[in-house]
Amino acid sequence: MGDEKRVDVAAHAAAFLAQDDVHEPMHDKNLWSARMKRDAAARAVPEWETLRQLASQIKEHTLTHLYNYLLEFESNATKRGAKIYWARDAAEHNQHVWDILREKNISSIIKSKSMLQEECGMTAFLENRGITVTESDLGERIQQLDDQPPSHIVMPAIHKTPEDVAQLFARTIGTDPRNTDPHYLTEAMRNDARRRFLEAGAGMTGANFAIAETGSFVVCTNEGNADIGASVPPVHIASIGIEKLLPKVKDLGIFIRLLSRSALGTLATQYTSHFSGPRKGGELHIILTDNGRSKRLGMPDFWTSLKCIRCGACMNTCPVYRRSGGLAYGATYSGPIGIILDPTFDESKYSELPYHSSLCGSCTEVCPVKINISDQIMQWRKVMAAKKHLPVSRRLAFGAAGKIFEHPQLFRSAETMASGAIRFTPDFLLYNRVLNPWGRHRELPHFAGQTFREWYLQYRAKNNEHGEQRP
Amino acid sequence: MENNARNQVLAAVERQMPANKTAYPEMPDFPRLKTDLLIAFENRVKDAGGEVFRPADAAAAQALLASQHAQAKVICSATPEITGNRDIHAVKDPHDLADVDVGVIRARLGVAENGMVWLTEEDLEVNALGFLSQHLVILLSPQAVVGDMYDAYLRIHLEDTAYGCFMMGPSATADIGAVLVHGAQGARSLSVYLLA
Repeated sequence: MGDEKRVDVAAHAAAFLAQDDVHEPMHDKNLWSARMKRDAAARAVPEWETLRQLASQIKEHTLTHLYNYLLEFESNATKRGAKIYWARDAAEHNQHVWDILREKNISSIIKSKSMLQEECGMTAFLENRGITVTESDLGERIQQLDDQPPSHIVMPAIHKTPEDVAQLFARTIGTDPRNTDPHYLTEAMRNDARRRFLEAGAGMTGANFAIAETGSFVVCTNEGNADIGASVPPVHIASIGIEKLLPKVKDLGIFIRLLSRSALGTLATQYTSHFSGPRKGGELHIILTDNGRSKRLGMPDFWTSLKCIRCGACMNTCPVYRRSGGLAYGATYSGPIGIILDPTFDESKYSELPYHSSLCGSCTEVCPVKINISDQIMQWRKVMAAKKHLPVSRRLAFGAAGKIFEHPQLFRSAETMASGAIRFTPDFLLYNRVLNPWGRHRELPHFAGQTFREWYLQYRAKNNEHGEQRP
Repeated sequence: MENNARNQVLAAVERQMPANKTAYPEMPDFPRLKTDLLIAFENRVKDAGGEVFRPADAAAAQALLASQHAQAKVICSATPEITGNRDIHAVKDPHDLADVDVGVIRARLGVAENGMVWLTEEDLEVNALGFLSQHLVILLSPQAVVGDMYDAYLRIHLEDTAYGCFMMGPSATADIGAVLVHGAQGARSLSVYLLA
């Protein structure tokens, strides 16, 4: 647990910013556009705020009664003919997959996007055992071919330009490197993936929701790739985190309305698929996986992060994420939700993440299940400070500020005085490239006569209907 | 080991569940769509990248399909109204559908809120028909359109089918440069034929 494995998110973000004048502005623009579409979609639903409240409450209800709902799901899915496996951690999850494949002599699989499988490092595990694993979601496939993890939950390759993808595909699947048309590139991948779908011995999916009442699970995609994987090979293996449970089928009416509107501003994903037992002539294996979730459930300050439905809205709205790129976080989950999930897997490794936030609170405002993300980021800073995880550069720079950031009331009163304080912060701390790589591209932050909070309260009073201002 | 893992996960969950329990919420009666459901449905299908047609009868639908997909070599229909040249009931293995140009399926219901159609394993006959076909033609009774997702979930029965899909237009992606492209992995196009 030494410093060498600690993710230096600020340095990674600085590298993303510094690479050229194209990637960061494009990334910022595309994600902000998703945020604006989300706002329009939310405004078009009169009961939007009620939906958020209900979704939050249903999730909290399920999580506080999770034991019973897991038993109910297991019993109903088994009755439908699915085979249920339990995994305490990533290693057990991967072992189950490997055992199923080995028993059936399967050497190649096709998989749709699953954050849980990412979390478990499943692809590398299987590849080391001679299994050919092909990602079927276009963005995931791009990332796989480039030997990178996804940089965004919903848009895995959003940090890449079409030029990047054209170069990558030219190198890996033989397209014309000068043709950067997304239509051409998507068509090329469609044709490449088609034969892999037909050759695969098993299709793997994740799950967006699992329904206790019927033992069903729901997978949402826009490409239809999960459905090809589930309907063409004879074996379907689904990895499901134990927090994905919902009590009833009718709950989906609320969650499906929230999910894609929050993610991309569309009314739903193109495919919302419900699996209740194996298809005619097929097999269905479900791996219910804990991997740290039960531990998180017992953390009084952080258990509500288990409500997350992985829409990515907090990432799209985050001013820090939009300018850093998701890979900067060096973790399975990036952006605001990543900041509060990743340290539950490894506190030391991800100890820098809670400081990679402006605490503007926008993530909390857009979260469809009302997770108090920014409060939890603040809370993680306290944990990191208490455990002395803060690296030397930060301890110097944040010194007194650290105390203040831990106490919002103090922060508010101190904010108005900060314009004085910042003048006395030694320049070498702000601009030294090693200590603070962000400084390279930064003007000295001059504090406005009006604080953000004062401005925001005034602004909101004036524009309570259309209060979106790009943070 | 398996039993052990199961019992340990369940025991950990039981131990770690917050003591303060949240009640399952009362569901309010949400405001219902007041506009013409069929018109709203048509518009939403178009928004999702699909098309809607109103053939007068089955013969007109058959002619429409022939003109819409004049180049199609393999047409596979899971409906009695439309005749193709690949018998879905003779398909033993989903791989046999890899060369289908047009798949034809009757949907149980449509959703005005978003333009979705509901297809089950029983409607598809072979699930892969909905995903390996290059193009899809969906037959839907104009009487079978419901208002929103709440209504839709009250009308479907997950306990009666191993597989059901709400399909909203053709396959789509925006994974390259955030540019919308249809036909990523599933169907390149989706047409709804409103036919009682």
